[in-house]
Amino acid sequence: MREPFEHVVAEHGEVVWRVCRGLLPQHDAEDAWSETFLAALGAWDRFEGDRVRGWLVTIAHRKALDVLRASARTVTPEEGVPDAPAPPGGRDLDLWAALARLPDGQRAAVVHHHIAGLPYDEVALVTGTSSAAARKAASDGVRRLRTLLVLEEA
Amino acid sequence: MTAVVTPPADPALLARLHERLEARATGADAPDVHYRTVDSPVGRLLVAATEAGVARIAFEREGEDAVLQTLADRIGPRILRTPGRLDDAARWFDGYFAGRRDPFALPLDTRLAKGFRLEVLGHLRDVGYGQRVSYAALAATTSSPRAVRAVGTACATNPLPLAIPCHRVTRSDGSVGAYLGGPEMKVRLLALESTGVLPE
Repeated sequence: MREPFEHVVAEHGEVVWRVCRGLLPQHDAEDAWSETFLAALGAWDRFEGDRVRGWLVTIAHRKALDVLRASARTVTPEEGVPDAPAPPGGRDLDLWAALARLPDGQRAAVVHHHIAGLPYDEVALVTGTSSAAARKAASDGVRRLRTLLVLEEA
Repeated sequence: MTAVVTPPADPALLARLHERLEARATGADAPDVHYRTVDSPVGRLLVAATEAGVARIAFEREGEDAVLQTLADRIGPRILRTPGRLDDAARWFDGYFAGRRDPFALPLDTRLAKGFRLEVLGHLRDVGYGQRVSYAALAATTSSPRAVRAVGTACATNPLPLAIPCHRVTRSDGSVGAYLGGPEMKVRLLALESTGVLPE
């Protein structure tokens, strides 16, 4: 028996937020989050299997691409790091800003594996690559991220 | 491999995102069932509705998770919490517990009741505010006038207590009989309807 969809939102809402925010600037991430759960709600009675989180992340990944296309802009190094003073929790912003500076493939691999916690074979399904390529992209991405964050702290 | 540690999402942000989802999930994208809870003088009530109307009212003692799972199994698993869409229902309960008879007509969806039980609920809706009817008298109005026990079962399984007033059905000997919310609650509701004030 399938559980009520509200339980899915309660259990996975936060991780889907982190995926959306990892892939997109704040405002676009909010759009992607609602689009993801709206689509998931519509399909929930037909969902099969037990990998709910992987399913949601796959939808979120597609919705993030849609939102990017719709707003006709790309994530640039400037996104999220304007010259304005850092808001409370400024260090949090640093991580999102650093993620925004990664190449698309590395960013997606880091977000889906290290932030969403999907195993590499599921990351590969989401991004349409091989498991080995996903592993390499995540590894390269994390190395790049460390460099970026150290530079920002300096 | 070091995990990338991201900050926990702000609960206020998640609440705002949920509200946006509620606002979007209407029309063709509406869930099978939407619900909210209402704090009332008889405890927290769960109110669940379809697009046709309120389909289930549950008392706290029935357990929110159990009620939602039953709704998922019987109506559909596309269930979303949407407090804003059920403001009317919340106002209906506020009015009822403030002693107003029939605050206003609350649209109901009786799909959770079938056959004879559905027929009994139809007759129950004719039992007016402040009235009492015995199980036997209620049975006499149905297509099976001697099915007193089946009428009792229909009351005990009423998916819409309070809105469909099974609390107005009492035993022929004058005692109140059983109630979904417990016999003490039934006594309080009958007192509310005769005095306009809900006793503690």
